[in-house]
Amino acid sequence: MKFQCRHLHLQQGAFLLEIDLEISGQVIGIFGSSGAGKTSLLEVVAGLRRSALGFIAVDDHVLMDTSARKFLAPEQRGVGYVPQDLALFPHLSVRKNLLYGHSRAPGSSHVDLDHVAAVLEIEPLLDRSISQLSGGQKQRVAFARALLASPRLLLMDEPLASLDQELKSKIIPYLKRIRDEFRIPMLYVSHSPDEVTQLCDQVIVMRDGKCLRISRPQELFEATTSMALKPGIYDHLLEGQTSS
Amino acid sequence: MTTDDAQVIGLTLGTATLSTLLIFPFGVALAWLLARKQWPGKSLVETFVALPLVMPPVATGLILLTLLGRRGPIGAFLQNTFGTEIVFTWKAVVTAMAVMSFPFLVRTVRLAFEEINPRLEHVARTLGASPIRVFTTITLPLAARGMVAGAVWAFARALGEFGATVMVAGNIPGRTTVMSVAIYSDVQLGDDGHACQLMGVSAVLAFAAILFSNQFSRWGGAR
Repeated sequence: MKFQCRHLHLQQGAFLLEIDLEISGQVIGIFGSSGAGKTSLLEVVAGLRRSALGFIAVDDHVLMDTSARKFLAPEQRGVGYVPQDLALFPHLSVRKNLLYGHSRAPGSSHVDLDHVAAVLEIEPLLDRSISQLSGGQKQRVAFARALLASPRLLLMDEPLASLDQELKSKIIPYLKRIRDEFRIPMLYVSHSPDEVTQLCDQVIVMRDGKCLRISRPQELFEATTSMALKPGIYDHLLEGQTSS
Repeated sequence: MTTDDAQVIGLTLGTATLSTLLIFPFGVALAWLLARKQWPGKSLVETFVALPLVMPPVATGLILLTLLGRRGPIGAFLQNTFGTEIVFTWKAVVTAMAVMSFPFLVRTVRLAFEEINPRLEHVARTLGASPIRVFTTITLPLAARGMVAGAVWAFARALGEFGATVMVAGNIPGRTTVMSVAIYSDVQLGDDGHACQLMGVSAVLAFAAILFSNQFSRWGGAR
């Protein structure tokens, strides 16, 4: 996937998001501390926020281009979104959640319910209500729901942030399966160097609404042995770097 | 219980039901606009809608009487255009009930909309749903309990409406006399026993309405 985000300018009160980058990769990590603008960037890509200026495209598919007055509505973008709180529909069963966005359009790159359910091991959960699921099960259902809409791009906003380390280590293999089985490009937001290193082939480092660096995860994190993100711990990696 | 009593109870239930049905779609639409959208004049509309909650009902009734009377701007228009007269008819009862119960409906339904995590609606959009589909399949079902509660509170408020009703509809037996007005009239005439009978009926109706609302909330919460 080639992801282009050109001259993006989004003002939210005192916070300014300014991104200008082009990057290729199948899973692109977006890394940075709280308030860096990671979620805002995903929401702009998903069409949930409208920026004053900017051009965003996934391969040849233009999602927005303010110079051409083009802005695709979220439902027209083909961009799946898994927010941090997962946002599963509480009044629908697991099956109905999964089928909510299931694309049946002829000729679309159709992702099959049985296939997704098998890969993510959620077949026994299909007739349950959302309130009957554990944290890890909810995570997998949210991934499956986004996949079943056959998106051309999947946005993951810190999907494992609320899980403890043990559960994270159980969910990461499912994310790897999604990456390897369905080959859907992903923008993966995370605080965790460990997740980024395991899942992503490129990583965008953000701070204060700007892209500071684009790098391979191994290169970014090799300078430290700690896998716990603390404020400022990677500052020495970021000094003097600019976006490409 | 006399035939006249049955007529008073029937008129009260009928006008309260009709007023609730009339305000329901407008109340839900306004509650959604207040909960989810920013627009010019929003705070003015919010204040205007809440006015009947804080103004003396008799004052609200006087405003209605001024507007809907034969020489009032709306009353004259309706009289000249459709030949319809509002004041001192059952239509005035419905209007007074609607105006007085509207804020209860809007406030309750607005809270129900505000309690829905907007991210659910955002994710539904990214799953390919149009705004209308999101509203009908996500927003409305999740707000259903609040909408029913709002309608029940509005209905209960309409059942007990007195001040505005007596101003704009008066107390015409068989035409505009509802329970609250009949109770007041009976007490004025010294017929406390009859007033107590009607008071008992109105208490039972209000109790049943609130019980239904609470049961519906529990059923909805247990889904």
